[in-house]
Amino acid sequence: MFTGTQIAALLTRLGITHVVTVPDSTVGPWGDAIATAPGLKLVRVCREGEAWAVAGGLWLGGQRPLVMIQCTGLFESGDALRNILHDWKIPVPSIIGYRSYLNQTALPGDTCLVFTEPALDAWRIDYKLITSPDQYEELAAHLESCLAAECPGAALIAEGRA
Amino acid sequence: MSALALRDAVMAVRQARGDGDIVIVTMGAAREWQALGPLHPLDLFFVPSAMGHATSVGLGIALARPARRVIVLNGDGSMLMNLGSLVTITAERPENLVLVLCDNGAYEVTGAQPTPGTPAGRAGGDAVDWVAMARAAGFTAVLRFDDLSSWREGLPGVLTAAGPVFVHLVTQADADAGGPRSPGPAPDRARALRAALSG
Repeated sequence: MFTGTQIAALLTRLGITHVVTVPDSTVGPWGDAIATAPGLKLVRVCREGEAWAVAGGLWLGGQRPLVMIQCTGLFESGDALRNILHDWKIPVPSIIGYRSYLNQTALPGDTCLVFTEPALDAWRIDYKLITSPDQYEELAAHLESCLAAECPGAALIAEGRA
Repeated sequence: MSALALRDAVMAVRQARGDGDIVIVTMGAAREWQALGPLHPLDLFFVPSAMGHATSVGLGIALARPARRVIVLNGDGSMLMNLGSLVTITAERPENLVLVLCDNGAYEVTGAQPTPGTPAGRAGGDAVDWVAMARAAGFTAVLRFDDLSSWREGLPGVLTAAGPVFVHLVTQADADAGGPRSPGPAPDRARALRAALSG
């Protein structure tokens, strides 16, 4: 979909300071480019729920963090989403990999396709589905508008494999 | 087994913390912190909380503000809900982070039911070894206290050691103590703390 260099450039342009992440096969390979980009720091956490709380702490400390995980980790994150995004109203944006959206060969009938978008709706996260590399500027514009509005927003990146 | 009264343990931290230190309190420790007087502008009274995430919020603040000491007063039940954060913390190695585990062996705010880490909650009647766990995770300084005088005496060293520091504090459970109460709207408190730290 995108290269790590493209994503790092985008995040730098948006003023993101920290990317808090658990990798998957699509967003994981972007990590090296993010970790070496000037002004960006990659923070690796053990489980996705942690990511929102670490990002929340970074925001409290005056930084501008972003969470980057797979949709499976979104499902794991429920209590952290409720608390950080809604109790404390800390506007943490995210990039979320949408497992199996483009190709179900590895996991036929993958229920990520059933639950991901309803889960984002349930958590009141304003998301933009990105299914093609041509949507790079749409991705940038969506995250930029969420940051400007200080509302929780996500870029949902269609993935082709588990 | 010797154990500290939680209020005494928390009082010692209130007295020893520096004016520029950030203190994060949750669950039973938050209740006692609140009972002891008004909050400091750099306190994060983590109520409402997400289950076990005080350590993760503390890590985020410590990374954002490396020149300030960040002290997290956590419970053992909360710690068990987010054990991976011990490894996340040591992966980042924040020298300014002090994690104080107030271990009463119970989910105190729900009536002091035993946690799975304490003898009463384990089929074998053994207990989780928090000191060994923290050392294995890679904390640079790991200490244990189970009486008030040694805790008071050790605190200055705890608060000046190069972190991340892990303190296992053995405390008494109180089944009737209840939980902490929110001191006000969380979004307002979040923005006030961010402003205080950004200024």
